[in-house]
Amino acid sequence: MAQMTMIQAITNALQTELKNDENVLVFGEDVGQNGGVFRATEGLQEEFGEERVFDTPLAESGIIGLAVGMSTQGLRPVPEIQFFGFVYEAMDAVSGQAARMRYRSGGRWHAPITIRSPFGGGVHTPELHADSLEGLMAQQPGLKVVIPSNPYDAKGLLIQSIRDNDPVIFLEHMKLYRSFREEVPEEEYTVELGKANVKREGSDITFVTYGAMVHSALKAADELKEEGIEAEVIDLRTVAPIDIDTIIESVKKTNRAVVIQEAQKQAGVAANIVTEIQERAILHLEAPVLRVAAPDTVYPFSEAEEVWLPNHKDIVEKAKQSINF
Amino acid sequence: MSFNNPLEGIEEKFEMIQILDENGKIVNEDAMPDLSDEDLVELMRRMVYTRVLDQRSIALNRQGRLGFYAPTAGQEASQLGSHFAMEKEDFLLPAYRDVPQLIFHGLPLYQAFLFSRGHFHGNQMPEDMNALSPQIIIGAQITQAAGVALGFKRKGKANIALTYTGDGGASQGDFYEGMNFAGAYQAPAVFVVQNNQFAISVPVEKQSAAKTVAQKAAAVGIPGYLVDGMDVLAVYAVVKQARERAVNGEGPTLIETMTYRYGPHTMAGDDPTRYRTDDMDDEWEKKDPLVRFRKYLEGKGLWSEEKENEVIETAKEEIKAAIKKADQQEKQKVTDLISITYEELPSNLQEQMEEYKEKESK
Repeated sequence: MAQMTMIQAITNALQTELKNDENVLVFGEDVGQNGGVFRATEGLQEEFGEERVFDTPLAESGIIGLAVGMSTQGLRPVPEIQFFGFVYEAMDAVSGQAARMRYRSGGRWHAPITIRSPFGGGVHTPELHADSLEGLMAQQPGLKVVIPSNPYDAKGLLIQSIRDNDPVIFLEHMKLYRSFREEVPEEEYTVELGKANVKREGSDITFVTYGAMVHSALKAADELKEEGIEAEVIDLRTVAPIDIDTIIESVKKTNRAVVIQEAQKQAGVAANIVTEIQERAILHLEAPVLRVAAPDTVYPFSEAEEVWLPNHKDIVEKAKQSINF
Repeated sequence: MSFNNPLEGIEEKFEMIQILDENGKIVNEDAMPDLSDEDLVELMRRMVYTRVLDQRSIALNRQGRLGFYAPTAGQEASQLGSHFAMEKEDFLLPAYRDVPQLIFHGLPLYQAFLFSRGHFHGNQMPEDMNALSPQIIIGAQITQAAGVALGFKRKGKANIALTYTGDGGASQGDFYEGMNFAGAYQAPAVFVVQNNQFAISVPVEKQSAAKTVAQKAAAVGIPGYLVDGMDVLAVYAVVKQARERAVNGEGPTLIETMTYRYGPHTMAGDDPTRYRTDDMDDEWEKKDPLVRFRKYLEGKGLWSEEKENEVIETAKEEIKAAIKKADQQEKQKVTDLISITYEELPSNLQEQMEEYKEKESK
């Protein structure tokens, strides 16, 4: 086993699938010789050639449209959107086209496409680089939306996403790319899509979250422990579909829940989870299910982002609000 | 200091290619495509068949027996001449008015009717047919065509992707992106723009400062041709040449066909009298693709009134049988939709499947 950062685990997963399946193609802006702006595709063109790993013209709609067309020829495209804020340029190609291939063709065609893209706040990017748009994607029938929180999951989830026969949006939080290393097996393995991971067990309150906020939730749980409060932390790993069973099982044990997302509050993934909990477990609840989320503004230029972004203190505060209800 | 205007004289480079004039006379013998008598008759048969299908579809729509329908009369040469240059294994990416090409590419007629009604079986192309269903989003099919074409190239297949859009579609960003991608990868794609003069109501002059759509090919470095879209021989010849270039690895081509739709944009309430004049309609009807090709074939002794009536009667019978078959198709259910949303149902849809099974059993 090797120690890998998340970006290394992602490169390793791409390399694994390029080796396994000659139909896998990796492409996007600067992914070829340059190896991607974050070096996610470092060395891949050299190893697999320009037919398999290639640069595209600078046009996001064209990139995803290309992937849709290629998928009809038995290919398994893994396009990259350089930063996920740029997906607005490709909204029709993603939601209007790729997501609907199976429906639109009555099952004759499908789109085994994995769209990889960096996103997420806290790294001082320009406008439209950091935005959390997973809710926008999760609302679209036909798509799966995966957001790993650590290197091990990133590799297993990415391999599984590429092998999935439906389109997957694979969102990589930029802050996690190089923030820590962990043991990642060199050999191939998969992590099931739609299956949450209980990162920390606890009996007093459930934190449901994903992506970089998993780490904020764990930090909050550590602080709460000092006050004798045991928080359970659930890492969703995929926000479409959502592993409701794991959430409900936990809430039935703890009777309290806080749902945490980095995205703005309105119409988000967290709102959906709160609804699911009250529909399925209201008689188990000792307090309203609360949310920690960003304010309903656009993601700010980097100067205000530390205040704008939800953090572990917000989570501790909401947890106490729930406990003291 | 002044510079030469590179646009000066550009129209001369995109002069309209015509082989058969309005009187059914060959005016460009050199460009005459290599078609057998059987091929020529088949082209005429397809155009007559499609004209009948259009008339019947409009009637059926008015009776409430069809749903979404975009009339095709006037565009037969543009639609069927271009499609005739395709091989069976080639991939067709149609826009919503291009149902005739789908039918001649292998879509059973009753399924075309089901598509009109919004039944998903209408979109289920037969296994041996390489086509997507008609695209609703203007231009989305153009980037996909680049992808299909690059797929053919990667797989080493001697096939093309052929896609259609209209004069309005040529204003979309995807139009440029699709052509540019195909050009950059020298992928075997053919982009056909059927310029029927109006995007619903907006005249082509208001779409762009470019005098032709064909010249937009120059911006991405691929050849562009302007063709008389009422001349089935010219349309066929130019598309056939583009296909050959594509399979020979010489890259994509843009083809603009100058044509006209006699009817409304769709049967959903469009009123063409709001944006065009009778004079304009009359001018274009003089160019009718069936009239001139009929004259030409009659002159060669290949076509007759009797032959035409035979095609019309066969078409009517087939349409009647197809509508009957479409009527017999089991109604689309929500559970059907759920089952074709993903390969394997995620938990939310598993629950909803049970819920709707229950509802549909009542």
